[in-house]
Amino acid sequence: MLDLLWLIPALPLAGFLVLLFAGEKLGKSGVAWVGAGSVGISALIAGLLKWTFLTSPPEGHHFTQALWTWLDVGAFKPEIALYLDPLSLVMTLVVTGVGFLIHLYSVGYMHDDEDYSRFFACMNLFVFAMLILVLADNLLLLYVGWEGVGLCSYLLIGFWYKDPANCKAAQKAFIVTRVGDTAMALGFFLLVTQLGTLQVQDLLERAATRWEPGSGMALATALLLLGGAVGKSGQLPLQTWLPDAMAGPTPVSALIHAATMVTAGVYLIARTYVIYTLAPAAMAAVAVVGALTLLIAGLAAFAQSDIKRVLAYSTISQIGYMFLALGVGAWSAAMFHFMTHAFFKALLFLAAGSVIYALHHEQNIFKMGGIRKQLPLTYRTFLIGASSLAAIPFITSGFYSKDAILYQAFTSEHGHFLLWLAGALGALMTSAYTFRMVFIAFFGEPKTHVHHKPGWVMNFPLLALAFLSTVGGFIELPHFMGHAQFFADFMAPSFAHAAGHAAEAHHGAGLEIGLMVVAMALGLGGIAAAYVLFLAKPEIIEEKMKSEGNRKLHAFLFSGLGFDKLYDTLFVNPYCWIARVNKRDIVDLGYSFLAAVGMLVHFLLGLTVTGRVRWYAAGIAAGCLILMSVMVFT
Amino acid sequence: MTSVPMDHGLLLAGLLFAVGLAGVLVRRNILYVLMSLEIMMNSAALAFVVAGARWSQPDGQIVFIFIVTVAAAEVAVGLALVYQMFKRMKTLDADAASLMRG
Amino acid sequence: MILVWLILIPLVGGVVAGFVGSRNVSACRWISLVALALDAALAIGMISQHLGGFQYESSKVWFEEFRASWIPVLGISVHLGLDGLSSLMVLLTLFLGIIGVGASWSEIQERAGFFHFNFLWIIAGVLGVFLALDLFLFFFFWEIMLVPMYFLIGIWGHENRQYAAVKFFIFTQASGLLMLLSILALVFVHRAGTGTLTFDYSELLGTQMLPAVATWIMLGFFIAFTVKLPAFPFHPWLPDAHTEAPTAGSIVLAGILLKTGAYGLLRFTVPLFPEAARSFAPVAMTLGVIGIIYAALMAFSQSDLKRLVAYTSVSHMGFVLLGIYSFNEFALQGVVMQMICHGLSAGAQFMLVGALYERIHTRDMGKMGGLWTTAPAFGVAGMFFAMASLGLPGLGNFIAEFLILVGSFQASVPATTIAALGLVGATVYSLWFMRGAFFGPNERGWTIVDLNARELVLIAAFVIGLVWLGVYPQPVLNAVAPVVQSLEKMTQPVTAALLRS
Repeated sequence: MLDLLWLIPALPLAGFLVLLFAGEKLGKSGVAWVGAGSVGISALIAGLLKWTFLTSPPEGHHFTQALWTWLDVGAFKPEIALYLDPLSLVMTLVVTGVGFLIHLYSVGYMHDDEDYSRFFACMNLFVFAMLILVLADNLLLLYVGWEGVGLCSYLLIGFWYKDPANCKAAQKAFIVTRVGDTAMALGFFLLVTQLGTLQVQDLLERAATRWEPGSGMALATALLLLGGAVGKSGQLPLQTWLPDAMAGPTPVSALIHAATMVTAGVYLIARTYVIYTLAPAAMAAVAVVGALTLLIAGLAAFAQSDIKRVLAYSTISQIGYMFLALGVGAWSAAMFHFMTHAFFKALLFLAAGSVIYALHHEQNIFKMGGIRKQLPLTYRTFLIGASSLAAIPFITSGFYSKDAILYQAFTSEHGHFLLWLAGALGALMTSAYTFRMVFIAFFGEPKTHVHHKPGWVMNFPLLALAFLSTVGGFIELPHFMGHAQFFADFMAPSFAHAAGHAAEAHHGAGLEIGLMVVAMALGLGGIAAAYVLFLAKPEIIEEKMKSEGNRKLHAFLFSGLGFDKLYDTLFVNPYCWIARVNKRDIVDLGYSFLAAVGMLVHFLLGLTVTGRVRWYAAGIAAGCLILMSVMVFT
Repeated sequence: MTSVPMDHGLLLAGLLFAVGLAGVLVRRNILYVLMSLEIMMNSAALAFVVAGARWSQPDGQIVFIFIVTVAAAEVAVGLALVYQMFKRMKTLDADAASLMRG
Repeated sequence: MILVWLILIPLVGGVVAGFVGSRNVSACRWISLVALALDAALAIGMISQHLGGFQYESSKVWFEEFRASWIPVLGISVHLGLDGLSSLMVLLTLFLGIIGVGASWSEIQERAGFFHFNFLWIIAGVLGVFLALDLFLFFFFWEIMLVPMYFLIGIWGHENRQYAAVKFFIFTQASGLLMLLSILALVFVHRAGTGTLTFDYSELLGTQMLPAVATWIMLGFFIAFTVKLPAFPFHPWLPDAHTEAPTAGSIVLAGILLKTGAYGLLRFTVPLFPEAARSFAPVAMTLGVIGIIYAALMAFSQSDLKRLVAYTSVSHMGFVLLGIYSFNEFALQGVVMQMICHGLSAGAQFMLVGALYERIHTRDMGKMGGLWTTAPAFGVAGMFFAMASLGLPGLGNFIAEFLILVGSFQASVPATTIAALGLVGATVYSLWFMRGAFFGPNERGWTIVDLNARELVLIAAFVIGLVWLGVYPQPVLNAVAPVVQSLEKMTQPVTAALLRS
């Protein structure tokens, strides 16, 4: 059964190849069958493997399928091999499962697009690359997937390439993530040099035995890998590309920029967690990056008017939670939040997509209004997603996963009160900006006419994801609520090296309930604030906006706290400036100078060539005279 | 019979050579240039004869005969060139024939 | 003897094609193609025997060797040899040669006979360079490939061809002179030491000389080869030559002529003067790193597509220089991979740009845009090679750059760190290339014919090659392993010292 593993990435690849070479000939329904079907079968196989893992787990709870030796230089011998353990299995399930639902949704959403087959080809290629990333047995193969998803992200953000703004957003996404990837590549070089392998399990083994806890090597490696992770996951300081990435079609935003690719950084850190446990300073860095990012993105989300940009900032913020969890050593909590986030954020994007589709590509929430009545199903599913994002207590999956993170941020040995506080404040902001969006877009008076209602291919994924967003949380309950830890138990073999995790100190139900109540109060308070400010008494905001200072603050938040401007000034503009002034290549000037000197000498010597025979004769005579006098006088 | 001292002979050859060279450099009429060349050639020949006499060797006179022959050939070619030049350029001014200037 | 045939076939084929070309243009194309295909078949037949299951024995360095006396008085002989490195280079040369003929099928209409004569003679010269084991013979072939290239650029080039051709000629000739001087100096130093006058490579290996002398002679070789490579301060000939050359000329220039520089460094500069090369390594690595970054920036600043691709070549060759002077197995394996993969990716890019030029008669990106709509296959191909150029994992270039950087990381961390920034630079120029030509609005309203069958076949050959090298590069790595290991051994102390520190 487990031998079917290779089919999971192979099917989307096959789908991609078919669509690439024969996409135009297949017709729209053919394209849809190939595109969504290949991912669907992959999802089924992944489900089968999950079942196998639950019923008769392989030895050591992991399974390796080696396909062939990639290269063999010196002692360095990476293989093309797939590695399945609980961690990669969860990722695979989410990627294929949510991926399939989004593909299905796209069948309806993209139906009128002229480049239908190109869209599905890119989506299939993305799923393939993401699966390689997740299933890779070594970091070099992971890097193949890592850059592959980057490429697909570029292609899909710039899918409507005729608009220069989309191209710009696509380029920005690729280049910014590539900056992080370069740091990550340096981390790989360090690992190869120091440990002689990139095979993940060997790596963790060797790191644990050869590196002292707190050693400089572990710290350097962990920070370099973190560089790659923050690039891909849109964390501080490389978060600027993600809001712009919303230029792509909405299913792309749902799949790549919410559910799967952007969480690759979380996966990378979880995959190489031993290195981080060896470098407490790097763990702290991860936690601080997460905490800062979730606050900054939360702030920026308040000022956005584009529904997708609100969701983009909320994605950045939620991944910030995952980083926070990783930074405090709550590995499985991070993955749990990854999973629930994949469900509810994909749901939110798809529901938003339905709205955009119905309103004929209107994305501004201030021009929506009152969709609640016009698209009741979309409204309800969106509300479920929003509740999960805002972590409404007990009934949403987001509540359980976020609660687990907050609890561990406080109690874990790597945790800190300030980290918890950041998380709790973030919860307040999250629910506030989420319901700001809900109230403005779905309530009030309708402002734009609904053109066409989404059909069942678009509604079914919404329902499925709404279901998952709700029940997905029940597999991992807080200690005092029956202490069901199905998810953590399932994940445990993947984090066997984490010493502190198993011996998690139990602080008693009192603390746990206390923390939860605070977070709950903050979350509900956020919704209440949103209700007052954006639905009941919008005039408060209007009043505030009249002052110059507040308008500037709004513009500052709207721009994502000015990071774009900063990077433009520091890097982009100087680079372009040098490129512009040095277009003719200054080095060439040196050679042009040499050439000019040559021409000058040529001119001077040319003057002596008069063409007069007598002049030449005089020259010969003078030469002979000089030669003879030299001979005579020496 | 008292022989002429070699120094005198060489001095005469040198003087003749200088006269010829001056002629080549100063005269613009190519005919005169040619004549001056002949003088230079003969001065060299004279130097050979003097040297041959000094060591009582026949080589000097052999070379003299060579030079006379060469001079004759040279005059033939030279005059032909002068004729061609006059035909094409309507002048015998050597400086006018400076088409090869750089 | 088979080695001689390898060189003779294109020479003779060139002469025949040249004579036929004035009467029947298409016959001359076919003759060139057949000659190169025959040569390639010969080479593949011979090389596959050796590479299949070849085990490295120190006694047998050369798979195949040929030796005949030429000018015995001066110790000059026709000495040809083939090992793993040169076999790969020979295969690359013939592959790109065939592609080159294919790419000029419709482009070259005037004086096609003379064109193919020159083209085949370049190929023959390059093959000679890769096979020669006598320094005089090497120099001889080095010059042979230069003159026909001059004609190729000067006659069939674009608008500014005279300037480019002369510039190319002067740079190469000046560096060739330096090399000749160095060869002579080496030969005379060798004679002073041993009393025998010889130009033979294997005898000149290990010549004893004073360090200062070795440094100077090494420098001569180094400059000669880095001009060809080209490395940072010697690169200005390249953008002009590549830009002005006809498509086949650009393919051959970028694909194989540059590789002769890298080959020279690997074959001659380092083995002949290991000590001097070692002490020179910091300078060479610095030049390599500067080249990577500077050329990536320059590529981004260009608006002429061919110029852009030309500068990317300089950037990629910076990696080669960095790798060679890291002196370890990773880096050297990576260098060979980079030579091959860059040959393919740059060759393909020049071919694409050439095909585009044939259709729209401009290379200015300011006048393009949105071509994806009208020619999607073009766009996909462009995307593929842009990705290859930026080192997308899964394609050969990634393996090459990864191995080089892993190797150089062991030699110098700062150099590697800066060089790695070149990966970002590569992303910037590659995306700039895509944006300029294929994405964005189609403001000029171009409607062009998509890639035709002939072009698709050629492109497919490149694509298959790069993917194959990206997912299963082991045959290449195996082929050069003996060469690389002996090079590493020669320069061992430096690696050991650095590892200790």
